[in-house]
Amino acid sequence: MSELKGWKEIPIGGMILDAGNSVEYDTGDWRAFRPVFGEAECINCFQCWLNCPDSSILVDTEKEEMVGFDLKHCKGCGICASVCPVNAKVKKKAEDELEKDEASLCIRIIEEGKLQEAGYE
Amino acid sequence: MATRLAPKELMKQPERLAPGHRLCAGCGASIVVRQMLAAIDEPVVISNATGCLEVATTIYPYTSWRVPWIHNAFENSASTISGVEAAYRSLVRQGKMEEKDVKFIGFGGDGGTYDIGLQALSGAVERGHQMLYVCYDNGAYMNTGIQRSSATPFGAHTTTSPAGKKIPGKQQFRKDLTRIMAAHDIPYVGQAAPSKWRDLMEKTRKAVNCGGPAFMNVLSSCNRGWRHATDETLEITQLGVDTCYWPLYEVEDGEWRLTYKPREKLPIEEWLKRQGRFRHLFKPQNRHLIDEKQEEIDRKWEELLERCGEA
Repeated sequence: MSELKGWKEIPIGGMILDAGNSVEYDTGDWRAFRPVFGEAECINCFQCWLNCPDSSILVDTEKEEMVGFDLKHCKGCGICASVCPVNAKVKKKAEDELEKDEASLCIRIIEEGKLQEAGYE
Repeated sequence: MATRLAPKELMKQPERLAPGHRLCAGCGASIVVRQMLAAIDEPVVISNATGCLEVATTIYPYTSWRVPWIHNAFENSASTISGVEAAYRSLVRQGKMEEKDVKFIGFGGDGGTYDIGLQALSGAVERGHQMLYVCYDNGAYMNTGIQRSSATPFGAHTTTSPAGKKIPGKQQFRKDLTRIMAAHDIPYVGQAAPSKWRDLMEKTRKAVNCGGPAFMNVLSSCNRGWRHATDETLEITQLGVDTCYWPLYEVEDGEWRLTYKPREKLPIEEWLKRQGRFRHLFKPQNRHLIDEKQEEIDRKWEELLERCGEA
């Protein structure tokens, strides 16, 4: 939070002149679950980008590639993993073979406190 | 040339809704807004009725909007954007502003549209302003803590229609706003859902290019009010579509057209059982309410099929 302004410094009507300045505000600390990106599995379909409520999927527009997650803003809702077609395929396979292959998921959702346990960080 | 409606092309366009807004994790409203704005290539001006979307995206001194945006009051989002549109055209006529193909859009929740803003909306579209009004319908006043609205489905638990000993949730059927708007005989009316993103985007394009007033009603899940996990937002939205609770259709110049027909029409239980707000309906003494609900949905679905010439 920046320092509070006096009334003379505030634009008339309380307008906010810096469009999109909410990027300065962290909503990432709300997160209880974290999406983890399995780069090798990704097919760059951008379904996660299309359906993210928090504009938190980072993409490389030149290379047309999904890059990862904006963890400063991601709230950990898990919608990206739920719409991912690679995940759906893996889960379908797991249903058939009664075995879930976590490592071949494109997006894994892991509890924030259990990242180490899952082999991250 | 308009951008092709493919995620690979759309993601190259500038993001119009910045992250850092304070909508809940897994909120349907921001998905709706992002998808709709991604479908529009032209410059847009937005007005917003009071509601979750307005409150959470513009907490002072921050805003998430990278497009011109105005909030006025709860009831007058439609008349506000109609005024902005009229003012713009006047300034262009006077030679004080450059003429561009600007799209004027009003956003409101179901509270601000079905109930509080209905009069302003009806007036604005009757006056023939070239604008699109979008209602993101999550079926209650979620912003103030889940109070019933006229969009709340029959049997749903809200804090002002609490399921308990006296009543089993909301006792009335919901208002069919899409049909009310179609009755205004405006050039375009559409009903859509973010789980069918291409359908939503195609409708958005038709709506903003119809040359007159347009209205869209979009189903938007609220996991706090509907009571489901945050990652089930789109799955449950799609169940609403597949059970025909929320059929996807459009009315273009009086021509009714079904844009999506479920391969298999699912029983309404499939949608109800996934949401905590309907949990009480599965008690033995309330089962008849599910049957009543199913009857009502079947009746409306048949009626819609007939209107669309699919019966």
